[in-house]
Amino acid sequence: MATRQTQTLARSMLAPAVIVLFIWMIYPLLRTIYFSFMRYNLQRPETYGFTGWNNYYYLFLDGGFWPSIVNTLVLVVGVLLITVVGGILLGMLLDQPMFGQGIVRILVISPFFVMPPVAALVWKNMILSPSYGVAADIAKFIGISPVDWFAQFPLFSVIMIVAWQWLPFATLILLTALQSLDGEQKEAAEMDGAGFLSRFWYLTLPHLARSITVVILIQTIFLLGVYAEILVTTGGGPGYASTNLPYLIYKVASVGGDVGRGSAGGVIAVILANIVAIFLMRAVGKNLDK
Amino acid sequence: MARAVTTQHKVVVTAAAWAVALIIFFPILYTIITSFKSEQEAIQGFDLIPSFTFESYADVQSQYNYFKPFMNSVIISVGSTILALLIAVPAAWSMAFSPTRRTKDILMWMLSTKMMPAVAVLMPIYLLFRDFGLLDSRIGLTVMLMLINLPIVVWMLYTYFREIPGEILEAARMDGASLWNEIVYVLTPMAIPGIASTMLLNIILAWNEAFWTIRLTTTEAAPLTAFITSFSSPQGLFWAKLSAASTLAIAPILVMGWFSQKQLVRGLTFGAVK
Repeated sequence: MATRQTQTLARSMLAPAVIVLFIWMIYPLLRTIYFSFMRYNLQRPETYGFTGWNNYYYLFLDGGFWPSIVNTLVLVVGVLLITVVGGILLGMLLDQPMFGQGIVRILVISPFFVMPPVAALVWKNMILSPSYGVAADIAKFIGISPVDWFAQFPLFSVIMIVAWQWLPFATLILLTALQSLDGEQKEAAEMDGAGFLSRFWYLTLPHLARSITVVILIQTIFLLGVYAEILVTTGGGPGYASTNLPYLIYKVASVGGDVGRGSAGGVIAVILANIVAIFLMRAVGKNLDK
Repeated sequence: MARAVTTQHKVVVTAAAWAVALIIFFPILYTIITSFKSEQEAIQGFDLIPSFTFESYADVQSQYNYFKPFMNSVIISVGSTILALLIAVPAAWSMAFSPTRRTKDILMWMLSTKMMPAVAVLMPIYLLFRDFGLLDSRIGLTVMLMLINLPIVVWMLYTYFREIPGEILEAARMDGASLWNEIVYVLTPMAIPGIASTMLLNIILAWNEAFWTIRLTTTEAAPLTAFITSFSSPQGLFWAKLSAASTLAIAPILVMGWFSQKQLVRGLTFGAVK
């Protein structure tokens, strides 16, 4: 039985974390909402004042806003498709007995530990560069002209880099889930004459459903905030072709100095993230009850 | 094993898996190879065998003072991790061993703070840092990274602590151990592995964090993420040097990552997948 003394102690042990996180959550958020209704430009601080919905109004009129929303969604969905489908296939491959499984696993998960600027610069320069990159070497070898990836397919190139970083995460989690699949069930299905596809569809996929949900939701949180990969490769261009919402906000607020409009963009980003968050909290919350 | 695995099947699987693994690993492998080339060699087309010169490594240190951002990365990632643990261990402890009706809500709420998009609060944080002279300071960045990783640290510790059987505590209490003795002699030894894994994962996350580290630093406190980003401008385009700097930047974390595969799954899924 917990005594009153232990209860008090337990509470005071919990307090610092709660207080720190509470301040961290509430202060910047309130400031962002406040700034989003203010005329506040770092380059013209003397014009500071209340401006109502103007920041939102001009943000929506900004030529980059709607493209950036679309790009954000395309990037998230594109990376999710590649990593989830790739992760399931790769997980199933790695789940089978083979020689050197430990090393294969290490090689496959490695990209996840590469910091985003390194990943992006290595891909930009050494793999995809149209003049000296490995992709160009391969193209020349098979006799086609090299592609200038970041100029011709900017968003797709960014998707490729980000997918390369997140495929290991999806693979690792789905592999962990696959390994917990009951071997006897699989055998029974096999003996009953279930083919590979029906086993996959009726046994493996339902078993993976929860893990796939977790992968999708967690990746989405991180993918909504992709920034460094765009900063060091395309700089959001050409035009707005590879600008996502975080990058647009950065350009408006940090480069342009327009704190007000940047904050309005921030509020939009919060709303977008919250829609995803609600789903994630439900999925994780269920797990707690067990 | 009822189902015999034929050698033939195993060979085919092995070949396929290795091929895919090598393709995925290739950009990293090629970076490491290029780091041992001279600048001339680096742009001379595809070549897997370098001349094994250490020129680029020497240049990265002598021209760019590589050691400084490296040490910044070490100080900031280790510092923020220790700071987070100091706050999170008592909190996770309290929730795991003295749960109340509100414990679940508190945990979910902590997780929800992680959903806040960094870019949405960039300006308030930037202005706050500016007003308090924290821009480009290691202290500011350490606190920042502690804050963004604190929910994950609490959650991971909580899932580990919950696995420590409560009966042990009861037994200790029966024997008249005070709460302090309980913590020091009974719980701590059992909690060390969980704390160590949490620490490892958090260092990895802090090391690779590439939004705040880039936006809140310029030169003095710039860690490796910001340093490597500076190579994106055209005058910094020296592939062998970029490769050497990149190899040094990812090597320590790559090795740590290999050792923490399991914890990674657990930590990043908030205990939802183990």
